[in-house]
Order: sequence, then C-alpha cells, then structure tokens
Amino acid sequence: MTTLPEKTDRKLGLVIDLDTCVGCHACVISCKGWNTENYGAPLADQDAYGADPSGTFLNRVHSYEVQPETGPAQLVHFPKSCLHCEDAPCVTVCPTGASYKRVEDGIVLVNESDCIGCGLCAWACPYGAREMDPSAGVMKKCTLCVDRIYNENLPEEDREPACVRTCPAGARHFGDFADPDSHVSKLTAERGGMDLMPEQGTKPVNKYLPPRDRDIDVLAPFLEPVAEDSKGFLGWLDKTLSKVGGA
Amino acid sequence: MHPAPSVIIFTSLSGLGFGLLFWMGLGFLAPTGWVAFAFFTIAYLLAVGGLLASTFHLGHPERALKAFTQWRTSWLSREAWASVLALVTMALYGAGLVFFANRWAVPGYLGAALSLATVTTTAMIYTQMRTVPRWHNATTPAMYLSFSLAGGALLAGQVTLATWLLPIAGVALVAHWVVGDKALARSGTTLASATGLGDRGTVRSFEPPHTGTNYLLREFVHVVGRKHSLTLRVIALLSGFVLPVLILLAGFSHALAAVAVLLHLVGVFASRWLFFAEAEHVVGLYYGKR
Repeated sequence: MTTLPEKTDRKLGLVIDLDTCVGCHACVISCKGWNTENYGAPLADQDAYGADPSGTFLNRVHSYEVQPETGPAQLVHFPKSCLHCEDAPCVTVCPTGASYKRVEDGIVLVNESDCIGCGLCAWACPYGAREMDPSAGVMKKCTLCVDRIYNENLPEEDREPACVRTCPAGARHFGDFADPDSHVSKLTAERGGMDLMPEQGTKPVNKYLPPRDRDIDVLAPFLEPVAEDSKGFLGWLDKTLSKVGGA
Repeated sequence: MHPAPSVIIFTSLSGLGFGLLFWMGLGFLAPTGWVAFAFFTIAYLLAVGGLLASTFHLGHPERALKAFTQWRTSWLSREAWASVLALVTMALYGAGLVFFANRWAVPGYLGAALSLATVTTTAMIYTQMRTVPRWHNATTPAMYLSFSLAGGALLAGQVTLATWLLPIAGVALVAHWVVGDKALARSGTTLASATGLGDRGTVRSFEPPHTGTNYLLREFVHVVGRKHSLTLRVIALLSGFVLPVLILLAGFSHALAAVAVLLHLVGVFASRWLFFAEAEHVVGLYYGKR
C-alpha cells in the first residue's frame, strides 16, 4: 500500500554525528557487504575491475568544505542514506505498491517482487537514497537492516544496522525517535539534531548532528608534560646547554 | 534529468494520439467507414505505440499489470487506468463510426474526457516532483495539455482550431522556460539546506563519495547537451509552432498539412528532450553539480 500511515508505532532511524565522522567509508563497505550477502537482490557492480567501474550502494559518504566568513575552512564528512521520512514522497508515487512505509516501526521498504523498476520513487527522493540496480532491474534502498535488528539468530550486540555496528568512530546511532527517552532522541535534543532539506517537506526521521564549534581534544590533558625538571645526565646536559646558549 | 528516448517518444506520440481522440470524441470530425478506420488507426498507433515505448525503460515490464493497483496515491497508476479506459471507450465509439456509420455521442464525450484526463495524469507525474523544481509548477500541465490539444487539432485537420491552439501551446512552452529557468533558485533548496551546514559558512563539495559514476549521476545529473539548449529552444518553437501556423495560414492542402504535422512533431520532440535534459534534480546539489 502506497498510502502513508498517519502515525507509526515506533520511529526507527539513525542519528549521524557530523562532528565525529572521520570519513573512513567503513559504513559504506559494511552496508554493501551485508546487503549483498543477505536479504533481497544483491547490490551489483558493473565493470568492477575495468576502466569505468560503477555500482549500487545504499550509503555513500560525501565530503564538504565549509568556509566561514573568518577563520579556516572546516572539512565535514557526510554519510548519506535513506532518512526513512515520515512524509516519504517515494512511497506515494509507486504505482505497484512495492514501496511502503511500515506502520509498526516506520521503516521504508521495497517489496522487490512487486517492483517494476520504473524508477519514479528515485525521482521523487530529494536525497538520492534510492538506486536502481541495473542487474536485478529493481529499486534498492536502505532497509535499516531490517534483517539484523529483529534477527534473534544474531548475538544481541549485532542487532543494529551494519553501518552503526561497524562505525569505528561511534558516529552513527540507531534507535526509536518516537520514544523521547531513547538514546537517539536525547542526542538529537542535546546536540541540535537537524533535518536535511526541510523545505522539501519530507519530515525525515534520521537526524544529523552538526559539527561542534570547537574541537574537543580528549587527548590534550594526557599530553601535558608530567615533569619539567630533569635529573642525572640529561639534567647536567640541560643546565650546561642553558649556560652556553643562554636559554 | 536523463532524457530517455523511450519516455520522450512516449510523451510526444501518445499526447498527440490522445489529442486526436479528444477532437474526434467531441465530434469535430466524425468520419465514417474506411476514413474513420484510417483516423482511428493513426490515433491508436500514436497513443498505444507511445504507451508501449514507455514500458521499454521498465526494469520488469512483465509485472506492468501491478501498476493498476495504487491509483489512490500514484499518478502513474492513475495514468494506467485513464489510458486504458480512454482507449476502450474510444474503441466503442470508433466501432459505431466505422461499422455502423453512427456517431454514438455518449461514449464520444466520455472518451474525449478520458483522453484529456490521460494527458493530465502524464503531466502530473512530472508536476508532482518537488525534487525537480522546473517541473513542479502549473506550466507543466499547461504545456502537456496545450501540446496535446494543438497537435490533435492539427492531425484532425481542424485548420481554424489549430491556428488558435498552436500559438497558445507555443506561449505555454515559452512560459515553461521562463518560469523553469528561475525555479531551482526559487525553490530554496541549496547545498546549504541539503547539508544543513549553510549557517556555518559557504559549503562546497570537496570530494565526491566515489571516483566513478553511479545511477544517481546518470539518471539525475544530465549535463551533456545543455550547451545547445538555446539552439534547441529556437528549433522547438519555430518547427513545432511558428512554421505549422504559417503553413496553415498559407492555405490548406493535404501535402502542406502533412509537412505541418511533421514539423510540429520535430518541434515537440525537441521541446520534450529539453524538458528532461534541462530539468535539475536537487540531488545534484549533493554532488556540487548545480
């Protein structure tokens, strides 16, 4: 059914921390891996080892330079995948009902056996979150790893999206935005989580945390000199050189 | 947007075919017997041929029947219904004219309305796309409808109608360009809003996510040929609308009318190519391509 639910019981989605992301693309690779080896048509590559390689990905990391009016430019790594919008325009345009938004958790999915590959849902998405797989002829998109998060065959710590599980920097968080006390809701509130392209009216569930104004250098306190005065041979050398050089 | 030949052919030809069916349904020309058969054959070849062409770009054409299910929300599904209903209704009306030399007014009017509804649904598929600001305004349905009515009148040999409707369609085309050229800027969607980083400074794409190309760039970030857009706009306007009107004003003959139709078709193809090639999808902003 391509009619959007009025309200979903839960609002599962991601928080992506632009302050923490180091741009390593590990989330891109783990996403491609999991979604090629598991549910649905594999994410195909074309001419993978040739001169003009191209492939289907559900998650891609851009990098942007932000130049403030004064001061140095800042580099922001920017992972982008499906935002599982509340008002998902990709769902309503689908002629076959292959695209749908789940009432129970708000995940936007494609039923691949109903997809005719018309591409209209990808046209309707402002974020470029959907990609037509040229080998399978069906539309591919982020499933929020629906085959991991409820999968009781996996150890509990693995029951989260592959991109979140793999992120070495802890820049990706998974949770329920309908619950105001959830980890992701709190993060969004504390750090001013934002919507991408709010003027498009899609009401994205996923939130992006803006870079902090100042870097928090967690290592600095540990790098303070622990002793100013030297003893022994080094002490003698220090004193002698100070006398000679006058420093 | 990528100007896929199948979609350009589909929208151009089926628009023309349904336009012809519209004027026939209203009874502006009501030939009987073999003449009626010839007219309906032309109309159906255009309308059905266009619809078939549109299935060429589907990943799974064998599942096309499923596209009839989601008419509550999907304009593409509504188009499927409207086109089939229009074609069936007009087939009944055509049977009356061809086999019984009888004009059955009710299926005629109904078929005319459904033909116009089909063109409207086609236009709305594009108009609804908020992601393509150039399409997301009233000039898109105005252009599709006026093209269909003008081209249909031309094919139907309705000289007076066509001399009025062709200039109207030309004006709609120019309006689409004038409004469309400013649409992206007016939409408010920028790289700043796309990244949410705009209030911190000027955002520039530093590095794309991949070294090669991808589906998104192929489908939505078409830039080849934009440099010829002014030339193509002149060709579209002159060949599609100005020259056919001048030919019609010069006096009617079947040979001249055929030339006018061919010129019109060339102009419609050129304008439809531009309709896609010039359309800027906002996803291109993420790639710094706008």
